[in-house]
Amino acid sequence: MRPRGRRRVGGTLTRDEGRVVAAVAAGGGMGAVSRYALSLGWPTAPDGFPWTTLVVNAAGCAAIGVLMVLVTEVRQQTHPLVRPFLGTGFLGGFTTFSTYAVDIERLVRGGHPRTGLAYLALTLIAALAAVWGAAWTTRRVAARRTAAGSRP
Amino acid sequence: MNWLLVIVGGMIGAPLRHLTDVAVRKRYGTDFPWGILAVNVAGCLILGVLTGAVVAGAASSHVQLFLGTGLCGALTTYSTFSYETLRLAESGSRCHAAANALGSVAAGLGAAFVGVAAAEALWG
Repeated sequence: MRPRGRRRVGGTLTRDEGRVVAAVAAGGGMGAVSRYALSLGWPTAPDGFPWTTLVVNAAGCAAIGVLMVLVTEVRQQTHPLVRPFLGTGFLGGFTTFSTYAVDIERLVRGGHPRTGLAYLALTLIAALAAVWGAAWTTRRVAARRTAAGSRP
Repeated sequence: MNWLLVIVGGMIGAPLRHLTDVAVRKRYGTDFPWGILAVNVAGCLILGVLTGAVVAGAASSHVQLFLGTGLCGALTTYSTFSYETLRLAESGSRCHAAANALGSVAAGLGAAFVGVAAAEALWG
């Protein structure tokens, strides 16, 4: 007999894999609609600098830096659906690569190549700095807490 | 209605990315994030075509919200892309990290341009 959770559902996914996909879908829907809400609150002018998407992407990168360090390094036992729901689902759906690329295309072809290039570089730098800085800070905080907890 | 279109699009896009990533990892290993690169480039191409179609009047704003903001927005990701780049850099493969960062941006941007041009050729 197969152990629980290994049974195939619909011939392709095991029950555990099905739960993960459901968590990713739920998180993805919430992430996408959060990004949409922010784009309505702070709309970008047709030829303007897409600040909202830049901030969304950088914030999502900072959040995934914190989450991944907590899930993979700090906490030994996290619920198995936390990473699919929050990381792959919510933050994956919240941040976007396609809007970033098409916004650069729109700026370049609309006669604003310098704005497009600045947006291209700024987003990349902000995203990488955010994920690195967030992971570094989370590790530092976790190390201090561990040190404080181990004192007699 | 608009909100629902974005939510449902996101609920399809995110699992598509996850399943593609899992399938690619099973086949090609976990060293280089080919799966994320592939979905990001594919999403840029689809959103490019869609944007061109909307400009040409061949797609409605509802289609744009469902396929563009929802599905393509959730199919593609900046957070996993940047985390994978960090992971590559920290594991010592700085060349792979740089290749992932610059390659993803170049390929995604190229796909967006091709997508818009294809839509203009089709509906322009």
